[in-house]
Amino acid sequence: MLSKDEILQTIHMIDQQHLDIRTITMGISLLSCANPDAKVCCQNIYDKICKKAEHLVSTGEAIEREFGIPIVNKRVSVTPISLVAAGCDTEDYVPFAQALDRAAHTVGINFLGGYSALVQKGMTESDVKLIRSIPEALATTELVCSSINVGSTRAGINMDAVKLMGETVKAAADRTADRGGFGCAKLVVFCNAVEDNPFMAGAFHGAGEAERIINVGVSGPGVVYHALQAVKGQPFDVVAETIKKTAFRITRMGQLVAQEASRRLNTPFGIVDLSLAPTPAVGDSVARILEEMGLETCGTHGTTAALALLNDAVKKGGVMASSSVGGLSGAFIPVSEDEGMIAAAQSGVLTLDKLEAMTCVCSVGLDMIAVPGDTPAETIAAIIADEAAIGMINNKTTAVRVIPAPGLDVGDTVEMGGLLGSAPVMPVHKSSSADFIHRGGRIPAPLHSLKN
Amino acid sequence: MRAIVSVIGKDQVGIIANICSLLSAHQVNVLDISQTVLQGYFTMIMVVDTSACPVDFAALVTELEQEGTKLGLTIHAQREDIFNAMHRI
Repeated sequence: MLSKDEILQTIHMIDQQHLDIRTITMGISLLSCANPDAKVCCQNIYDKICKKAEHLVSTGEAIEREFGIPIVNKRVSVTPISLVAAGCDTEDYVPFAQALDRAAHTVGINFLGGYSALVQKGMTESDVKLIRSIPEALATTELVCSSINVGSTRAGINMDAVKLMGETVKAAADRTADRGGFGCAKLVVFCNAVEDNPFMAGAFHGAGEAERIINVGVSGPGVVYHALQAVKGQPFDVVAETIKKTAFRITRMGQLVAQEASRRLNTPFGIVDLSLAPTPAVGDSVARILEEMGLETCGTHGTTAALALLNDAVKKGGVMASSSVGGLSGAFIPVSEDEGMIAAAQSGVLTLDKLEAMTCVCSVGLDMIAVPGDTPAETIAAIIADEAAIGMINNKTTAVRVIPAPGLDVGDTVEMGGLLGSAPVMPVHKSSSADFIHRGGRIPAPLHSLKN
Repeated sequence: MRAIVSVIGKDQVGIIANICSLLSAHQVNVLDISQTVLQGYFTMIMVVDTSACPVDFAALVTELEQEGTKLGLTIHAQREDIFNAMHRI
């Protein structure tokens, strides 16, 4: 029999501590849509998504009502379009993005990911066409997200792709200059991208995945923050245990929702991604958790250690709660989407360099960071290279989602709206990385022994 | 199906009567009920069985929420599974 305290604890987590299911993401393979005629291929893509994801939103809403737990996003991830479109006799890939966008609107989802290419070792003609089309594709669509994998621990880093992505990020910002460079919020550059990530902008349905799959991303920074408030001043062993127990509860809920969605949609259950994903709402911040551990401001000395503990404890608590854990799993540190991170960045304590250090110990990487609009493409490429190197050497996923905000400089703020929040423009180093980036070629894969 | 109905808000005359008559009108059986009033703040938790309820559960949830708004109370009705998942291994 459940006790009253347990019931009230769950209700308080949802009502006051922003506990929610961040996303139910349906992965759909589009490999069967390939056709030499691009128009037919686009139609196949539209038809397949509309058919397979027809009941996704209504099912999500029904579960939300019955369990009384908010499900913030319903999304779709698809096979990287560079694979699906490779056989088409066309130079222009933008219509594929537009077909995805139309399908996303028809089924009523919040975002669709998979306008993607995996180029960690080399780029096919199709990959290059897709990457070159990204600025236009993101500017002329609303719900489509794009991701490019430029490196991996096994393949090294494709520096030609890194250079191209530096230019692409700049172009995507310029092409959406009227919206503060919003295109870049839908574009992420990965190293060691995962195939079952339910979170945007990096979700895609990997080539090794089934025809259709349900992945669920849970959240809950507010719940962890609240739990830590009860153990003020106690040693880190207690902090770690408290986070583990909380993560366990959150993930159990995610597992329940994932199984229920999987059953109702008659779609195999893939993974639960147990990430602490913040929102701009007060009380739903990862930065505030780190500060609750005893740091005056997120970004000061000790932040990396605090984040390492948090990230590890979340995984340890969550792993036992789910039959299959995957995706990115850990703590996200998107600056614009986290009220505490925004405050820390505005105060000047949280810098780009510190964020880079933090990405060594948490899931993903430099996320939703605005930099001055006049930042050269080579500098952005170099930021991508640094982040990819951290991922490559440490055998983890890293990513870069930066917004070179057109016309804005340090001290300004870019308003993204909704869950994407607002990003204070952060300074970058002025010293040039151009000669480094123009070398091109590949950084070889690292050694897996002699680890120091 | 078992569900948990929780009612939280300022204490007033007839809360239990109101909620129970709404539930009984929908053939919902109350299995357990507990309530406390702490400094004028009312908390009630009911375990109910909705097997005989003629409307679907989501519609019942909406009706209870509307009743809550009318009475100035926060009323939730949730499937019991979510609490079991979170608190029982």
